[in-house]
Amino acid sequence: MAVVRWFKRHFVVIAGLLTLGYLLLPNVIVTVFSFNKPKGRFNYEWQQFSLDAWKQPCGVADMCGSLSISLQIAVWATIGATLLGTMIAFALVRYRFRARGAINSLIFLPMAMPEVVMAASLLTLFLNMGAQLGFYTILIAHIMFCLSFVVTAVKARVMSMDPRLEEAARDLYAGPVQTFVRVTLPIAAPGIAAGALLSFALSFDDFIITNFNAGSTVTFPMFVWGSAQRGTPVQINVIGTAMFLVAVLLVLFSMVITNRRNKVKA
Amino acid sequence: MAAVTEAPPLAPAPEEKPPRKKRGRWTPYWLLLPGILWLIVFFALPMIYQGSTSIQTGSLEDGYKVTWHFATYWDALSEYWPQFLRSVLYAAAATILCLLLGYPLAYLIAFRAGRWRNLIMILVIAPFFTSFLIRTLAWKTILADSGPVVSVLNTLHVLDVTNWLGWTSGDRVLATPLAVVCGLTYNFLPFMILPLYTSLERIDGRLHEAAGDLYAKPFTTFRKVTFPLSMPGVVSGTLLTFIPAAGDYVNAELLGSTDTRMIGNVIQTQFLRILDYPTAAALSFILMAAILAMVTIYIRKSGTEDLV
Repeated sequence: MAVVRWFKRHFVVIAGLLTLGYLLLPNVIVTVFSFNKPKGRFNYEWQQFSLDAWKQPCGVADMCGSLSISLQIAVWATIGATLLGTMIAFALVRYRFRARGAINSLIFLPMAMPEVVMAASLLTLFLNMGAQLGFYTILIAHIMFCLSFVVTAVKARVMSMDPRLEEAARDLYAGPVQTFVRVTLPIAAPGIAAGALLSFALSFDDFIITNFNAGSTVTFPMFVWGSAQRGTPVQINVIGTAMFLVAVLLVLFSMVITNRRNKVKA
Repeated sequence: MAAVTEAPPLAPAPEEKPPRKKRGRWTPYWLLLPGILWLIVFFALPMIYQGSTSIQTGSLEDGYKVTWHFATYWDALSEYWPQFLRSVLYAAAATILCLLLGYPLAYLIAFRAGRWRNLIMILVIAPFFTSFLIRTLAWKTILADSGPVVSVLNTLHVLDVTNWLGWTSGDRVLATPLAVVCGLTYNFLPFMILPLYTSLERIDGRLHEAAGDLYAKPFTTFRKVTFPLSMPGVVSGTLLTFIPAAGDYVNAELLGSTDTRMIGNVIQTQFLRILDYPTAAALSFILMAAILAMVTIYIRKSGTEDLV
């Protein structure tokens, strides 16, 4: 009976940790198999331990090239979407104007649309315009679908801002520009940063929309997709593992910094 | 943590605060112009082009003309209704699984994790930094025919049951509906957990104490207090899972077989390999209309219209 009672009391914790395991299991597999030495072209079965792939991360033709294209697109898409999205968010929160409802739906709809629909319709537009598919069509598409997420993130932050802070700044003889740069922008910064981070992640990892509008340009997700047909090099797992580690380390590092700063303040 | 009155990021109030300043009548329009123009040209206009493509006839060599050929829709539906049905079923199954798996984890992070909260949160988000295609390919290893998962399921005779239900076939899990649903569930689970966590986290802990003081058992407290208060999270979580899952073709392609093709696979093949643009556009249009209709009804029914 004691076992049953213990199980009942900790049911949520056990179920939650099992789900966490389900979420992390593929990452464990990706990491373990980055040390594999597969026999055939595919890296799905464990053969023997080897550091080959880690020693030559760019040892596969075209992989690092596709990685650099993905990074470039992600950086430009983040800059574009963050800039345009932040402007929209400020307009939505701070001003009253016509067609607000229509604009709100135009921003909401891309988030509620299956990617394949946006991908297909954008391709019909490019085909009709006779546009050359490649780097720029991918970039256009990425800015389009990242925009809405930036607007949502920045809007939430600006809405919860205390308007009296800006009034106080103006009472203290700050001009409109000074108020914006010294007061408004620093307060909105976490929202803008969240939107930018999200854009970067979404753009870097996007496959479906990119696959439709890329022409012969190959991004990193498209390289992985192609390799699933031709044969998966171990180096893919190396990149996947390295990105996971870098992300976790960066987050832990920033947490340690904030903790220390809070302690100093206290 | 956050104040109870603060609006959740996914469910902002429909109307914002009244105008505070008069100066710069044109300022909002200048701020909106570039972004909104971008969305009109590269999101709304393509939808119109797609609509017009779907009623064109012709061939790649001679070009296409709008002939108001609505029969394309009928042909597309009568040929591909199994794929449509499959998409809805798989996405619904994945959404329900995500809710069942995600709720305990979101609850754990919100109420029981204590000082582990941030760490668990990082572990939920961190997999995003490995490309989802690489992670989906890892399922090929996990569910491999000679792997431990399949042999355990076989020994426990679970596969006999799933075979009988038509979810798997033979001694395999890969290339069956079960594998596709498993992949869909895995890929969209974080989109369920995060909104659930956001709405659970704003629940006032004293409500639980009050329910306990009024002699409610833990399960009754959950059913009458916690779950109803987390409804906004449940609604946005299910939408964020169902919509992308219904349009997905990556999981069906990598983990499934020709018998598990979803509508996304058909649209992709028609567009990129067969180059039958009218049929592809019609299919994509039907998918869009179906999703929008389902989402609208769902939001009305669940009484959370302020979500949009």
